[in-house]
Amino acid sequence: MSRLHVVSGKGGTGKTTVAAALALALATEGRRTLLVEVEGRQGIAQLFETEALPYEERKIAVGPASEDASRWGSPRTESGRDSPRGGGGRRAGGEVHALAIDAERALLDYLQMFYKLGSAGRALKKLGAIDFATTIAPGLRDVLLTGKACEAVRRKDKSGKFVYDAVVMDAPPTGRITRFLNVNDEVAGLAKIGPIHNQAQAVMRVLKSPETAVHLVTLLEEMPVQETADGVEELRAAGISVGSIVINMTRPALLDNGDLDIIAARGARTGVAKALSQAGLGGARRGGLADRLIDPLLEQAREHAERVELERAEHAELTAIGLPTYELELLPEGVDLAGLYHLARDLRKQRPI
Amino acid sequence: MTSDDTTLDASAPWLEVDALIDNPRTRIVVCCGSGGVGKTTTAAALGVRAAERGRKVVVLTIDPARRLAQSMGISELDNVPRQVKGVDETAGGELHAMMLDMKRTFDEIVEGHADADRARAILENPFYQSLSAGFAGTQEYMAMEKLGQLRASDEWDLIIVDTPPSRSALDFLDAPKRLGSFLDGKFIRVLMAPAKVGGRAGMKFLNVGMSMMTGTLSKLMGGQLLRDVQTFVAAMDTMFGGFRTRADATYRLLQAPGTAFLVVAAPERDALREAAYFVERLAAEQMPLAGLVLNRVHGSGAAQLSAERALAAAEALTERMAEDADADPDRAENNLEPTGIVDLDGGKAGSRNAGGLSPAAAAEHVAPTSASAAQLAAGLLRLHAERMQVLSRERRTRDRFTALHPEVPVTEVAALPGDVHDLAGLRAIGDRLALNGTDTDDTHSDNTDSHDAHSDDTHGND
Repeated sequence: MSRLHVVSGKGGTGKTTVAAALALALATEGRRTLLVEVEGRQGIAQLFETEALPYEERKIAVGPASEDASRWGSPRTESGRDSPRGGGGRRAGGEVHALAIDAERALLDYLQMFYKLGSAGRALKKLGAIDFATTIAPGLRDVLLTGKACEAVRRKDKSGKFVYDAVVMDAPPTGRITRFLNVNDEVAGLAKIGPIHNQAQAVMRVLKSPETAVHLVTLLEEMPVQETADGVEELRAAGISVGSIVINMTRPALLDNGDLDIIAARGARTGVAKALSQAGLGGARRGGLADRLIDPLLEQAREHAERVELERAEHAELTAIGLPTYELELLPEGVDLAGLYHLARDLRKQRPI
Repeated sequence: MTSDDTTLDASAPWLEVDALIDNPRTRIVVCCGSGGVGKTTTAAALGVRAAERGRKVVVLTIDPARRLAQSMGISELDNVPRQVKGVDETAGGELHAMMLDMKRTFDEIVEGHADADRARAILENPFYQSLSAGFAGTQEYMAMEKLGQLRASDEWDLIIVDTPPSRSALDFLDAPKRLGSFLDGKFIRVLMAPAKVGGRAGMKFLNVGMSMMTGTLSKLMGGQLLRDVQTFVAAMDTMFGGFRTRADATYRLLQAPGTAFLVVAAPERDALREAAYFVERLAAEQMPLAGLVLNRVHGSGAAQLSAERALAAAEALTERMAEDADADPDRAENNLEPTGIVDLDGGKAGSRNAGGLSPAAAAEHVAPTSASAAQLAAGLLRLHAERMQVLSRERRTRDRFTALHPEVPVTEVAALPGDVHDLAGLRAIGDRLALNGTDTDDTHSDNTDSHDAHSDDTHGND
């Protein structure tokens, strides 16, 4: 089972939302998850309706309680993961913690750890050296960000248990994800020895192990699907495997081309007008309300059917990639906290994460 | 006819797209906004429209969809504008388009400013390679650089720029400055000439600290990198007077009269929040905002039928079908004959009901109709209810923006069911962009809500 979940996707597909839902979904049965943000957007804070996240881990939500149960369990079990099956015991939800990783601060932490810089660190910052180092050498920045996440994955408490059962990362978009994760290549030209090099090696070991799963979020639209296919290919070429594809914001197909054909053929149009009229929507005669409704309604149906056809084609392309998929329905009212819990339950229902 | 439609409609002024692109004083249009809102498509559609209205246009796109790029003939990355075929040039205009190759643009700057040997030395510098290929901000910087080049060549009347897909729309304003400022910054100067800095009074201590820090950074990143940086910066600096100067020049170009920003958004909370930030930021930077393009707005030709009523009617039909199936299993299987099972009463009951009876009550005293017709009608109604919900949600989101920024002109572009990847599609988007909200081609006069562009969905409905 994976313990580091990296969530990427094209801009606008809702990867932050999916990452948050995933963190919630994993925080059941007393488990503790860490949701990590690396792009400084404060998207997590907005989703969870809390104030901006500082560079420190803090609890932001309680995971959903498991549904099929009747007894409250202890908030944290011995191992955190192997929940006792017997008796159908109900377990309280776990905890979601969050962290907005800041590359500059992470670099200062490292310098502090390896070189005991003290106040010199502050002077470096003032000169812009930290900004320089983290921004000018993109590989360094990425290795600091992924390094911090990997550190959280492997962190243990005094009794030797993992502090977090899972870490979920709201990662950069698909277009940049391979570069971002493939830190080894990135820093190869920069650091051949030394702590950054070692760090990169350690990070790569975690990222290429089964402990890590990359999830790509997509919509059933041409560009996101194309980017997903490209992303899977690129990641595989870099030796990083993709865990699943999350199809976000799906909408039910209420009507399709077949239905429209029926309406077009055999004069079913009048029948539909009459049905509308029977449902209390005015007269079916020519010029009556039901009659006037039918053209705009059919136009909407045509658009819908066209979209349904396109979505089916895109869906088929995603299926052809051959990865496990999750599907998350569009929440008509947008995603709020309640919506997040809803999505988290949806994820859990579909397949084990 | 949800309640919020009838309440205050924060009516923003309409963005006159044609007036903007026809105006010979408009020389640059910058399309910006968060990822996934259709910036590239908007830029391309504006390009097609402006060209077909007689201007000589170049569109600079950053990361177009593959099929869109192919259809415009710019899928090859050669970093020069190509004339787009298939554009109607009878008004005297032309359309050129190009896709930005950031590394190539950077290389060209180097090649254009140094003799061959020196240029090669820089191009082979590992620091340069990592900077030109991956620096967070290089793409933004190069997009602006290319814009400057296109503008300087004065070959086009109108340049339309798409902005890079940044993590935040604001990056595109900040990144060039950031790149410029730290390539010209204190730290770089110290790296290049520590002795000089140390020589100044009061800087001696700093210099001691500095060499310790450069030492630390060397250990951390490898001494070679710092040496590469030093060589690179020295070469670049003497070559063309520093990055900051260039970044500043780009900045002034963006503030100049003749430049117009279009903030592109979709009627979704996040996209509009980002748009609002951007509007505020542009004002703070004194950059000229032309307006907001709201993409993928849904409309309905049957807006007079509310979501609630449509759903209730669909329920009534479904109930009827279930009852009929119980009463007469054969008829439930019945075919599509819309034959006269329904008597005239149906129509009468219906029109009476429009005056007040609940749909369910009305459905009770009319004769049943063909099950499949009823099923289809129920489907149409559910679809409509969904559409109306989308519509009112979008309107709420838009109104929130308009309440914050009532001064920003807005144009709305009706959602298309599919993706756009040819000139015809771009032309259709262009028509929608330029469609004024007060246009009178409103087919449903009984629709009190039709004061806005939602009614453009009725095009093609005939």
